[in-house]
Amino acid sequence: MTMDLTPIPSQTAGPYLHLGLTDKWSLSRVAGDGTKGQRVWLTFRVLDGEGMPVPDAMIELWQADSEGNYPHPDGSADSTAFLGFGRLATAEDGSCTFETIRPGRVPGPGGTVQSPHINVSILGRGILKRLSTRLYFTGEPANAADPVLALVPEVRRATLLAVPDPARPGHWTFDAHLRGKRETVFFDV
Amino acid sequence: MIQTKRNNPTETIAGFRRHEPGTQPDYLYPAYRGTRLRAPSQPLVFLPHTISEVTGPVFGHSEIRQEDHDLTIQHPGVPLGERIIVSGRVLDGDGHAVSNSLIEIWQANAAGRYAHSKDDHPAPLDPNFTGAGRTLTDKDGFYSFVTVKPGAYPWRNHDNAWRPAHIHFSLFGPAFVTRLITQMYFPGDPLFAYDPIMQSIPDEKARQRLISKFDLETTKPDWALGYRFDIVLRGRESTPFER
Repeated sequence: MTMDLTPIPSQTAGPYLHLGLTDKWSLSRVAGDGTKGQRVWLTFRVLDGEGMPVPDAMIELWQADSEGNYPHPDGSADSTAFLGFGRLATAEDGSCTFETIRPGRVPGPGGTVQSPHINVSILGRGILKRLSTRLYFTGEPANAADPVLALVPEVRRATLLAVPDPARPGHWTFDAHLRGKRETVFFDV
Repeated sequence: MIQTKRNNPTETIAGFRRHEPGTQPDYLYPAYRGTRLRAPSQPLVFLPHTISEVTGPVFGHSEIRQEDHDLTIQHPGVPLGERIIVSGRVLDGDGHAVSNSLIEIWQANAAGRYAHSKDDHPAPLDPNFTGAGRTLTDKDGFYSFVTVKPGAYPWRNHDNAWRPAHIHFSLFGPAFVTRLITQMYFPGDPLFAYDPIMQSIPDEKARQRLISKFDLETTKPDWALGYRFDIVLRGRESTPFER
């Protein structure tokens, strides 16, 4: 008998994802104490097609360390304090805040080097399969030559840029508009 | 082999295979009302896989306790309902075991009520059932949970809307692009045809992949019914070396 090796379908995480995923197992600190690099606080806001906050979503992050190494089992990230992974449920105002370090640059296709970025998943009620996007940093000179940003229509690139908070150094905000005029760019991965 | 060293930037990355048409839901499925304001309207930007996509976290391994995979022993008393064993194997699209990988589940109790502050369905809570579990696959990709069969429950998507009984599954697999959240259903549920969440998957054969099978082999005499739920995650494209 030949086995069916087609991947199984995705389904929504539903409104009660907290029960299994974030009540006990959320992770707001992507980089623990002693991790090398510039410490940053990233506040995400998830908004729906009418601009209303999405209070029951979950955000997951995956990023390289400050030297551009992913803490993958086959990788070479140098610190066990650095998980590179975080996940949080959004609050009633659609927001959640991670503490991490600014990632380094990692290789891109064809000998290119990618600009510092954080890989972002959004899951939750009304989201039938994982939404994938990326966070880049406003003002980063390497953005101009980033091979992934180059795939995005120029008028929409700004949706991927976190904005620094002028009042609080190290704090950045990223609005994820799931739908509508200001819709964030999502990737087919 | 995955290299994350920056001093080897020209290495070819073997990406993960894309899904066949119809085997996954689209984002927008208007019959499921929640998608109407939460599904992107712009086309997705196709992203060739880079090191960022083919690596992924190792999460939750150190904190798993033995009782985490048995949802019936997490409280002083025994939960009400039909005790079941849900087990299976996690494979990638090439048939290789996905070993030592975190699986998290959550579900309603036997009466169809979640132990969640936002669930106001007037069915009883069970003080002996929380409905959350986690485990790691073993070296051959096998996993097993002991729980009670969840009840169906109403939701407000449309008039007289009921969800078929299901268990939520969260899997990581080897990469950030293999991350998957889904739901496992039970065979023969009369609510399938009326459920827009399940029907959002276009291909009938693909929907069947989310229905567990009753399994006499894993049924424990005088103790619990066995349901088998095998899970296939995405497999890798072959690298130039492997061709």
